[in-house]
Amino acid sequence: MAHIAATRDGFGSEIVELGKSNNKILVLSADLEDATRAEFFRDAYPNRFFTVGIAEQDLVGTAAGLSMAGYIPFIASFAVFLTNRAYDMLRLDVCYNECNVKIVCSHYGVTVGEDGATAQCLEDLAILRVLPNMKVLCPADVIEARKATRLMAETPGPIYMRTSRAPFPIITKESDPFILGKANILRGGKDATVIACGGLVSEALNAADDLIQEGIDIRVVNMHTIKPIDAAMIEKCVSETGAIVTAEEHQRAGGLGSAVAEVAAQKCPVPMEIIAVDDQFGQSGSPEELLRHYHLKSPDIIAAVKRVIARKVK
Amino acid sequence: MSKTTDIEFLKSQAKLYRREILELTNAAKCGHPGGSLSAVEILLTLYSCQMNHDPANPLWEDRDRLIVSKGHISPAVYVTLANQKYFSKDEYKLYRKFGGLLQGHVYRKVPGVEFSTGSLGHGLSVANGLAIAAKMQNKRYKTYCLLGDGEIQEGSVWEAAMTASHRELDNVCAIIDYNKVQENGPTNEIKNLEPLADKWRSFGWHTVEAIGHNFPSLLEAFQKLGKTKNKPLAIIAHTIKGKGVSFMEGEAKWHGKAPNEEQLKTALAELN
Repeated sequence: MAHIAATRDGFGSEIVELGKSNNKILVLSADLEDATRAEFFRDAYPNRFFTVGIAEQDLVGTAAGLSMAGYIPFIASFAVFLTNRAYDMLRLDVCYNECNVKIVCSHYGVTVGEDGATAQCLEDLAILRVLPNMKVLCPADVIEARKATRLMAETPGPIYMRTSRAPFPIITKESDPFILGKANILRGGKDATVIACGGLVSEALNAADDLIQEGIDIRVVNMHTIKPIDAAMIEKCVSETGAIVTAEEHQRAGGLGSAVAEVAAQKCPVPMEIIAVDDQFGQSGSPEELLRHYHLKSPDIIAAVKRVIARKVK
Repeated sequence: MSKTTDIEFLKSQAKLYRREILELTNAAKCGHPGGSLSAVEILLTLYSCQMNHDPANPLWEDRDRLIVSKGHISPAVYVTLANQKYFSKDEYKLYRKFGGLLQGHVYRKVPGVEFSTGSLGHGLSVANGLAIAAKMQNKRYKTYCLLGDGEIQEGSVWEAAMTASHRELDNVCAIIDYNKVQENGPTNEIKNLEPLADKWRSFGWHTVEAIGHNFPSLLEAFQKLGKTKNKPLAIIAHTIKGKGVSFMEGEAKWHGKAPNEEQLKTALAELN
């Protein structure tokens, strides 16, 4: 088995599996099925796949209509186009009307790489999680992306999942639980907790490896569900480690860090830092160059951990 | 629901619907009478003559569906559904009021309403989705979508129009309430829609025009649905904004303003 894979491939393979036993599952695309991996489903079940052409607003509304007739439509496109352009449709058609539509968006974050800012979605977690009735998933690796796809099919109501173009290291196991709204502790620790999602979970694990060499023992939590956020896990980590760093490939405003801070600020205030993109657009470059440029790498997490530990009340 | 083509009965119903639309908006002190009054005969024709539906079983699987894409005409839609016995007129009291069922824009939890709308340009895609599902499930139900004329300035309408013709959805009918006035003035001054019928035709729709306040004309137009194989049907219904109330007809200012007590009295006198 490969040690790295893009999470979009996890969606592509699992949705084909699900389609074998559930003929209510449809996949709808807006001409990017090659890039989102919805093409795997298209090739397996051509009669249950639709493209609406380059028309994201139409994509969402059509799926809402199909869901009202009992189908479980998965709609797939790039995160920028589907969540930003068709936001009003996601809000009204899907969330307000409580339609059973599943939204799968690839190409999030600066790790989209060479295409640059216009294709690098850094806003989706913020704008999706503020919609009532919407649930939001950000799998850390391809194994989780498969589990997340299955969970979406089995859980009624609107759910959003972001998937990556870039390959991420495989850091979870097939046997790990993947429960909606229940974060997983990947590594125990007592001095501080790093709560991460998506590709930055592996950066957090790298940070933990380096910090232990210096005698700093951090906990790493994989927050694969951004909404509903696992408040109990946040409170537990605050009480047991006394400091939090979050890490995500997203704008600092409104994403995972904000969701964690909303819990911490109201229930258990604690020294905290948010590793994220600082109110900027992305740009062209390799994923690795861009992660470094926007301070989303393990050295950035390490520095933040040291700062929050220094702020802890002795 | 038994259907009727008794024109005199329909005309008297239209007057009743108009009176209730005015009373509803007057009581709420807000709402959208102009585009409600223009759509009365369209809605009456659909519910009394055209659609297969059952008020006693609003979710009947084989019912015809109407998506009201111009969701602000809730007065017309609620009055239609209440008179068709989908729910009690007691609900009128809390129209647009806190705790009421009858939300300001058409609302899915109201019996008979298929889909909540209120942001324009949404309905036709949803109608297409239902129509695609009908074809996949070998169901014979039809899906109707009522659009405002100003609404079709929204680009998403044309995304959906392309989908319907590309997918040969001859079980879809779009009705455009062409009252020629939108919130801030005449459509041909704000952004001209003409040549409107040609637009729909060029998008691959079988397109007919009807007099939107004339029952035989509307009925004739609806008869075309499904008759041109593989083509969706567009009905351009020529209507008058504020129809039936002399001081409201053709006036943009009555798009989203309720009549006061005195205006209501005058208007009701015209609708006796």
